[in-house]
Amino acid sequence: MAKKSALVQGNQACAHGAIYAGCKFFGGYPITPSTEVAEELSAMLPKVGGKFIQMEDEIGAMASVIGASLTGAKALTATSGPGVSLKQELIGYACIAEVPCVIINVMRGGPSTGMPTGPGQSDVMQAKWGTHGDHAAIALVPESIQEIFEETVRAFNLAEKYRMPVQVLYDEIVGHMRERIVFPEPGELEIIDREAPTVSPEEYKPFDSSKGQVPPLAAFGSEYKYHVTGLNKAADGFPTTKAELVDAEERRQVDKVECEEARADIEKNEEYMIEDAEIVLWAYGSSARSARYAVNELRKEGIKAGLFRPLTLWPFPEKRTAELAEQAKAIIVPEMNLGQMIIEVDRVAQGRCTIDGVHRVDGDPLNPGQIMAKVKEVI
Amino acid sequence: MAERYEIRFSGAGGQGLITAGIILAEAAAIIEGKHALQSQSYGPEARGGASKSEVIISDAPIDYPKATIVDTCLAMTQEAADKYAVGIKKGGLLLIDADFVKTAPKGDFTVYRLPIMRMAKEDIGREIVANVIALSAVIGMTGVVSREAGEEAVVRRVPPAFKDLNKKAYNLGYEKGKALVN
Amino acid sequence: MAYDYESSIRPGKLPHIWCPGCGHGIVMKGLIRAMDTCELDRKNTAIVSGIGCASRLPGYLDACTLHTAHGRAAAFATGVKMAKPGMNVICVGGDGDGTAIGGNHFIHACRRNIDLTYVIMNNYIYGMTGGQFSPCTPTGMLASTTPYGNPDPVFDISKLAIGAGATFVARTTAMHPRQIDKLITQGIKHKGMAIIEVLDDCPTSYGRRNKFRSVIDMMKRLKDNAVPVKAAAKMTPEQLEGKFLTGVLYHDTELPEYCEQYEALTKKAQNA
Repeated sequence: MAKKSALVQGNQACAHGAIYAGCKFFGGYPITPSTEVAEELSAMLPKVGGKFIQMEDEIGAMASVIGASLTGAKALTATSGPGVSLKQELIGYACIAEVPCVIINVMRGGPSTGMPTGPGQSDVMQAKWGTHGDHAAIALVPESIQEIFEETVRAFNLAEKYRMPVQVLYDEIVGHMRERIVFPEPGELEIIDREAPTVSPEEYKPFDSSKGQVPPLAAFGSEYKYHVTGLNKAADGFPTTKAELVDAEERRQVDKVECEEARADIEKNEEYMIEDAEIVLWAYGSSARSARYAVNELRKEGIKAGLFRPLTLWPFPEKRTAELAEQAKAIIVPEMNLGQMIIEVDRVAQGRCTIDGVHRVDGDPLNPGQIMAKVKEVI
Repeated sequence: MAERYEIRFSGAGGQGLITAGIILAEAAAIIEGKHALQSQSYGPEARGGASKSEVIISDAPIDYPKATIVDTCLAMTQEAADKYAVGIKKGGLLLIDADFVKTAPKGDFTVYRLPIMRMAKEDIGREIVANVIALSAVIGMTGVVSREAGEEAVVRRVPPAFKDLNKKAYNLGYEKGKALVN
Repeated sequence: MAYDYESSIRPGKLPHIWCPGCGHGIVMKGLIRAMDTCELDRKNTAIVSGIGCASRLPGYLDACTLHTAHGRAAAFATGVKMAKPGMNVICVGGDGDGTAIGGNHFIHACRRNIDLTYVIMNNYIYGMTGGQFSPCTPTGMLASTTPYGNPDPVFDISKLAIGAGATFVARTTAMHPRQIDKLITQGIKHKGMAIIEVLDDCPTSYGRRNKFRSVIDMMKRLKDNAVPVKAAAKMTPEQLEGKFLTGVLYHDTELPEYCEQYEALTKKAQNA
């Protein structure tokens, strides 16, 4: 039998992906251009025995998601830049308390209210550095409807596996455009659930990392009772100010994502015509679609251009970017912002090649012509 | 068909042109199995204002999601014509509502006129089907999807009670559109 | 025989952080007694708080305890309760946490009539940060940020809760320990949003600055000004000047509870 396919919006694909991943809770607040994710899930979740709640504000939405996740439910919220700004304190809470959850950010322009119905890619640094304090971040950046579905599933998997918030960022264009999606069959994509404790309730410590960087997480309402706090805490979950404990916990929580093994697991890139590329377009999200178009056109003109497209933006693909800086004459970073990921590319390239950017913040997408003009300017 | 064919529907918000775009994309992507991508841009208004919906149809995967050079454009209002009947390719087609677009944009393309709103009101009896007439006129003019695929996509989208009404509107628009270019 | 509080308190977590003369410990004991009276299964009970002195309470109790961010207890608790309606969910916190930074979550949790029991300790000051005025600091009084006297009008937490839609609202004071556990017990048994406001004192951050000579003076004031609802009915407005009502202020058993409403909606969606 042929697989089921449909023409859906990016935001609808996200909702379908969440259900496929086993999402059982959505807490949100209406905001353009992400609202369709909430609308879809308000209809879908009760059908699968899940819960949907529209909270009183963005902060409350994030709080409800963390609370729900602690009971063992896979939990999701969806918002846009202004909403993520409001959620930041609690994203940090989910980091330090190590609570799995997924945050969808359908990016528009900014700062502040900006252009609610126009696309942007200006939250990519916010995804890493938005909340205060040192912490690890995982952020995924799909470029198509099919990929939004798949990356939403992957976001849940990573959130559960690494016990932390994972953000999925795509812009208004991808969120609102429609393409065909072919729905994966049940079991076709891997689904990961958080690791449950194996020790007895008496022995359970919610942050005991003696058996691995990611401690098992018990559900509230099970046999396990424990304490959760946003304060720096010891392995037993209770607050501590002991320097060596605070230091070790802070480092572990970053290291669980940024160690080599985790990076290899979390990183995901697409490479297109990279093998002999002299000019590398380093692009993500809908800007990568423009960049791929530009690569095809440039190749027709005999220019050796290629596309490097991270699907995982954070942790940053340092190793591969450094290798490309070694290989290429120039790396060009097209972004719908005034230059954000280019800062990271430049940091990693360490002067090994020319780094340049193409920027657009007027509410229109970067078009292939702009990117091609920059390539020709650089060579 | 060229590898990448671009169609833009424009008019006033609330005229159903985004829906027209979605139906065309469904006809291409779901019924005919081609690659298709529909997008739109809109302001804060739910009603009024100029809105546009774009559909790209291709035999190959579609990278850049917005129109690059429009093959066929529809404008239902003067404001939409002024704002969105731009970037039409040399030799392309522009279909305008004969009553509502008094001043046709000038360019290296062919302008066709149909009284779309009037046809909906007088021939079908319901203004609400103007978007289906516009859609089928574009299909009749361009053949970008088959007549049957377009009709099936329309039928799939509308409630059963409105099936016949929409079929009637579809066939009217298709015939008129086809006649324009022959 | 002395009451067994020990078995409800996590080993090694005392002494608590509260100052001598603070009433939070009295409230905690009242909460323990109420939980015992209701025979709550501690594995199936979440105690949720925000930030502040009162919000440290969950850490001492043996249950699923969630010490969240400033003002967010009601919103976290809403997520816990929605996701697992079978759990008993109790919020504890202070007046600033609950009605200033957390005011929006507080009123909307009341509006939904979700089955939470919220014990709000009102000592009309931000104690942990050193005595800044809160929405409940009486007008004219001194706080570290009102050196010339507090210019702000005051929130009446219980009235706020009633106005926002909570279906069980009660008030008592730290000087009425028996009433604390009685009202919390009623709140836990009530199906819907229950607010128990406990007027409390902060001798360290409020008392000293406002020239209360001793903790006893402060507590005596709480006792003297508390008027049970029944007694108040027979008193004139003049007699009630400067007093506050205690006991059950509002109780509505008719209004449907939020999770039950959602359950009904779920059945409707699944049968559609």
